[in-house]
Amino acid sequence: MSASVLTEPSVRGSSKSPDAPDAPREPVRQRSHWVRHRKEYLTFLLFVTPNMALIALFTYRPLVLNAQYSTLRWNLGSDTATVIGIDNYVRWFTDPQSLEVVRVTTIFTLATVGATLLLGLALATVLNRPLRGRTFARSVVFAPYVLSGVGVGMVWLFIFDPTYGALSAVLRVWGATSPQWYLDRDWALVMVIVVYVWKNLGYAAVIYLAALQSVPKDVLDAAALDGAGRSRTFWQITVPLLSPTTFFLVITTVLSSLQSFDLIHVMTKGGPLDGTTTLMYQVYVEAFVTGRAGYSSAISMILFTVLLVMTLGQMRFLETKVHYS
Amino acid sequence: MSTPTRTARRSPAPALGGHLTLAGATLIVVLPLVWMVLSSFKSSGEIVSLPIQWLPTSLAPDNYVEAGRTAPFGRFFLNSVIVTAVGASLKVLLALLTAYGLVFIRFPGKKIIFAGILVALMVPAHMSLVPNYTLIAGWGGRNTLWGIVLPGLGTAFGTFLLRQHFLSLPRSIVEAAEIDGAGHWRRLVSIVGPVSAPTIATVALISIVGEWNEYLWPLIIVDTPELMTLPVGLTLLQNIEPGATAWGVLMAGTAFVLVPVLLVFAALQRYIVAGLTQGAVTG
Repeated sequence: MSASVLTEPSVRGSSKSPDAPDAPREPVRQRSHWVRHRKEYLTFLLFVTPNMALIALFTYRPLVLNAQYSTLRWNLGSDTATVIGIDNYVRWFTDPQSLEVVRVTTIFTLATVGATLLLGLALATVLNRPLRGRTFARSVVFAPYVLSGVGVGMVWLFIFDPTYGALSAVLRVWGATSPQWYLDRDWALVMVIVVYVWKNLGYAAVIYLAALQSVPKDVLDAAALDGAGRSRTFWQITVPLLSPTTFFLVITTVLSSLQSFDLIHVMTKGGPLDGTTTLMYQVYVEAFVTGRAGYSSAISMILFTVLLVMTLGQMRFLETKVHYS
Repeated sequence: MSTPTRTARRSPAPALGGHLTLAGATLIVVLPLVWMVLSSFKSSGEIVSLPIQWLPTSLAPDNYVEAGRTAPFGRFFLNSVIVTAVGASLKVLLALLTAYGLVFIRFPGKKIIFAGILVALMVPAHMSLVPNYTLIAGWGGRNTLWGIVLPGLGTAFGTFLLRQHFLSLPRSIVEAAEIDGAGHWRRLVSIVGPVSAPTIATVALISIVGEWNEYLWPLIIVDTPELMTLPVGLTLLQNIEPGATAWGVLMAGTAFVLVPVLLVFAALQRYIVAGLTQGAVTG
């Protein structure tokens, strides 16, 4: 529509201006569209520019700069930097530590996502039943999701304290001794995973619950009439019907799991011996602890690529696969 | 017709199992928070007593006083309140203006601007750490409250939520005001805003909770205690209070961080849950 107005020779816009009866001059005709709606356009710019300028400055600009920084040997805060091309990437891909970081990231992501989805679905099916107190339970279960990761990490760090924590007291009742959650790499990773699932479980449960409530009743009734038992109906009808939700949750929880920082920083600081250092945590450590900002930016780019591939994969997959109706 | 059979099939036993599951899930969430509150009232002797002493002997707020003495918790609290209030209100205002513009004001190429919002939604936060740190530090924003707030002000999420809501409003609402000759600002303030109050409340609450909990950015941009927000100050307390006896004080500090959000959530959880799970519904 805008194009047709621009190419149209008539100068409807200028009819509003005081000198309309005069022969329209060239610039006026070309900008008639803008003149006619000038007030409207200026209002739009006034409304939209502050937010978009902030987004451009603090979201888009970093995207470009990060790519540039990743080609530098540069310490944070230093005035001098050396262009070293792809050396930071080469270094990361050849450093044996990276393999360890990838291992930790993979275990952390798979475990948190798997547990969050399975337990979330189980909880949602219970919340979906007409039980007393389920609205209350739904709210309570969601609450940890809105709490500060730092605060949650601190509370659980005390619970996991191998000598004075609540968990060790419970284990002692059963005659077991608490693992060394703070000192053993594997147990530390388990600890962080457990707390992450505790914090995010409610989100998956509430989303699954919404999906369960939209499963058509007559489909389930038809299955019951055909003699399908409860568990068979659940696995062969409900779960397949939930596949778009499951897919959505896999993507969103993988993305947030890959970017989790607060819990790890408070509970383990990536340790012991890098046992809980994920890619995201490595980005932080390299930039703000060891100060190798160029190297950190390269790792940022690698993590970004992983996230981007997943997001784009989600879009492709949603378009092609997850249509069932 | 199907109702009687359904209720008949539902024997008391599964209902009991369901209730037990709900109770279990609720306890798993509530007990750690109860443990935090109880521990925050325990003396250091009670914290390290073996076998464990579950309940504190007195409810004197000694650990809260001690937390405030060891680190400036009053200051942290004030900083968090300022950062949250200023950050969240500016965020909501910017989101409102942008979403209103994208829906109700005529402008060529609005689709491109909206696409820009969607792309910004997908840019992960870690990408901006080093570039924004360099920029804000260069402007002298290290160890300032504006340095904490500024980079997060531009909001793609709030804009997205409000735009989707505005699109669902009937056009006639705004057209009546247009005929009365009301300008866009008047239309936003006196018509579109009021009818959108629940959605605005949702965006506001999510922004408030987000600002309050924000950790990584304030952590890197501030290192003097006087300008730390609560989550950052809490880790400062963790660093200067080593050893098991400090748990009581640390739990008191943690309560400063968690309890305000729990209260807000308890009062307004309907809006918060709706907003945070919106992506699943619209996406």
